[in-house]
Amino acid sequence: MLSRVADSLYWMSRYLERAENTVRQLDVTMSLVLDAGGANAEARWRRMIAALGSPAGMDWSGGLEEMAHRLVFDNLNAASVTCCVNGARENARQVREEISTEQWQRLNRLYHTIHSAQTQAQFDSSNGDVLASILDGVHLFKGVTDTTMIHGQGWQFIRLGRYIERAYATATMLEVYQPILFHMQREHTGVEYLELVGLLRCSTSFEAYCQVYTADITPDRVLEFVLLNRDFPHAIRYCVDSIRQAIESIERTCGRRSPGALTAGIGRLHAMLDFTTISEILGGDTAGFLHTIRQQCLLIHELIYRHYVHYSIQSALAV
Amino acid sequence: MSAGHSIALETLFGDYPLDRAFDEMREPSGTLRPHYRALAERLASLPADELQRRKQSADLSFLTQGITFTVYGREEGTERIFPYDLLPRLVTAAEWDRIERGLTQRITALNLFLRDIYSDGKILNDRIIPRELVYSCKHYRRQMRGLHVPRNVYIAVVGSDLLRLNSGEFVVLEDNLRVPSGVSYMLTNRRVMKRTFPELFQSYGVRPIDHYPQLLLATLRSLAPEGRPEPNIVLLTPGVYNSAYFEHTYLARQMGIDLVEGRDLVTHDNIVYMRTTDGLRRVDVIYRRVDDDFSDPLVFRPDSALGCAGLFNAYRAGNVTVTNAFGTGLADDKAVYAYVPRMIRYYLDEDPILPNVETYLLSEEKDRQYVLANLEKLVVKAVGESGGYGMLIGPHSSKRQREEFAQQIAANPRNYIAQPTLDFSRSPCLIGDRLEPRHVDLRPYILFGDKINIVPGGLTRVALEKGSLVVNSSQGGGSKDTWVLE
Repeated sequence: MLSRVADSLYWMSRYLERAENTVRQLDVTMSLVLDAGGANAEARWRRMIAALGSPAGMDWSGGLEEMAHRLVFDNLNAASVTCCVNGARENARQVREEISTEQWQRLNRLYHTIHSAQTQAQFDSSNGDVLASILDGVHLFKGVTDTTMIHGQGWQFIRLGRYIERAYATATMLEVYQPILFHMQREHTGVEYLELVGLLRCSTSFEAYCQVYTADITPDRVLEFVLLNRDFPHAIRYCVDSIRQAIESIERTCGRRSPGALTAGIGRLHAMLDFTTISEILGGDTAGFLHTIRQQCLLIHELIYRHYVHYSIQSALAV
Repeated sequence: MSAGHSIALETLFGDYPLDRAFDEMREPSGTLRPHYRALAERLASLPADELQRRKQSADLSFLTQGITFTVYGREEGTERIFPYDLLPRLVTAAEWDRIERGLTQRITALNLFLRDIYSDGKILNDRIIPRELVYSCKHYRRQMRGLHVPRNVYIAVVGSDLLRLNSGEFVVLEDNLRVPSGVSYMLTNRRVMKRTFPELFQSYGVRPIDHYPQLLLATLRSLAPEGRPEPNIVLLTPGVYNSAYFEHTYLARQMGIDLVEGRDLVTHDNIVYMRTTDGLRRVDVIYRRVDDDFSDPLVFRPDSALGCAGLFNAYRAGNVTVTNAFGTGLADDKAVYAYVPRMIRYYLDEDPILPNVETYLLSEEKDRQYVLANLEKLVVKAVGESGGYGMLIGPHSSKRQREEFAQQIAANPRNYIAQPTLDFSRSPCLIGDRLEPRHVDLRPYILFGDKINIVPGGLTRVALEKGSLVVNSSQGGGSKDTWVLE
């Protein structure tokens, strides 16, 4: 597979994952603001922006509605949902011959939905519906991706993009929320309960959490679930498992071995999540642990690029 | 309308005008040409709204397949659906036979001409074509001098534009020897038409064109450098912003080859590689859809990032085939065009089967004076342009436009040619719920590998605006499926 094609598929997938994450966090923030008590709109906004990786140009300017509108529709801010969808579509367009017609049509439809004046007008009256329809669009795209595309190298790069983005974004979010949540009293108030549920909903984990732990929601279990659950697709450990599988599969279809550093990087991250208990994480440097996850994700991305996409010609000729 | 036509046919035709221009469907008396009879009867037998329903279903088919092109000069990357007409244009076996022989002859001569110009220049020494005309051509590439080209094929993929004059005779309007486009529309039109009129298609005995991608692949393979039995063939595209990007992805997919951009290619020791996730992979044949100027910044335009640095040297070394060859635009220069009949006589010692359109060279004193005095009757074209840009259509022009062109001609006469305004043929199109005649041309696609292959058909381009003579897709033209009959 052409390196450029792998690159485009990877970023198409990352951009969509980013759009989805942004939409979900915004949705949760907008609904939390409605509840009395707890942090005010400004504090929540700042926290959410930090959880999204502190993109520029999203500083609080006074109106939540206006800020939300900007975060979804601002064509000039790379962090906006619109820009993420644009990025995904632009990447897809460059590899039009590699993806299925169904994928292209779904993505195109999502693109046209988000760009229509009607959607923007509707957002001001019922933002929840608009956010839900964007999420639907993303989910449909992922569905047809899994059902209409050969699960070959291209699909693995799509998977890689999705899970690297998700692991990174989830770790960022937990890092921002952990000082607030995990130093709570054991007996928490109603407001704290809402915060924890909000955190779970940011990663669509609420219902899944309840199935595992019942609705008895405590900070340590929340962290354990989002970080260490191995069966839930939004848990970081699941993401890392998927990243490892994708890399192994790419390596197999390529017929050349990944460099040792890449294997070691993914192995280290995997082991971190496999062999650490939640009490050790909470007892030690929690922020440091989450930070290490992010650093490892960046490193893995970098190594994948150095080996499969932007390799130097000298190194490739030497083989 | 003559007697014997059904009422439905009368309604369909309405006040369908017939005049001097050749009508593809009807004779001057109004009777249907024999080979169009079945089509007309079929149309007349359909319930009134059935035609519209089929049109809508065909529309939808184009839409969902994303068959679009990009219009320049508007917002960057504006995608549009290529407009098309539902009724096929029919070409009889006898007509096609002449076209096929004529094009084969013409392309053979043009290829010999390119080879001659880039080697000994015999035709110049024999003073058949003025030397300065060739050397002043915008698309002449001195880098090609003395370079051996695989199988001596310079032009592997050609699309020549034909018109049918009032007499019914086909003439060649121009040859596209650089990067002719539109073949994907020919193929998708056919697919949609088969679905729209299956019974009619079957009853007509239409010669197939669907194997074009396979023929193209075989042509490219036949031009691979020696000693590369399993050549790696790629299609080089300028990228998503190119107007023909859809076609590039379409052809790559149909041939099962990689679609590459300049940034995917690297050269080392005069070998071209593409960057894959498996490492570098050698490239043997490049079907180039990037203009000469943008192909290699080391040799051509240094500011272009669309091509691949070092490509030309690898080509010169014979390690990679690039097709069409560089510098082929020399032979489709509109001033050189005027000499093609002489080339055919010179190289092949034959009379041209398909004539040229009469052409005035503005670099010639006598021609220039005539043209300047008769601008309102003529079509003036810039020699190096294509796609309907840089053109003055005399009868449809304003006094100011004519004055502007007269000034430009005076400043650079070599850059322009003039031709009489042609009354070329018209074909019935479905406009609303009626048939109306619209001007059409025909662009067959010629492949030149170990031999010349022309798939029977081509792209019939239609000037969809009433009375318009411009068929280019960039200027509001559309297309029709072309049925060559057994």
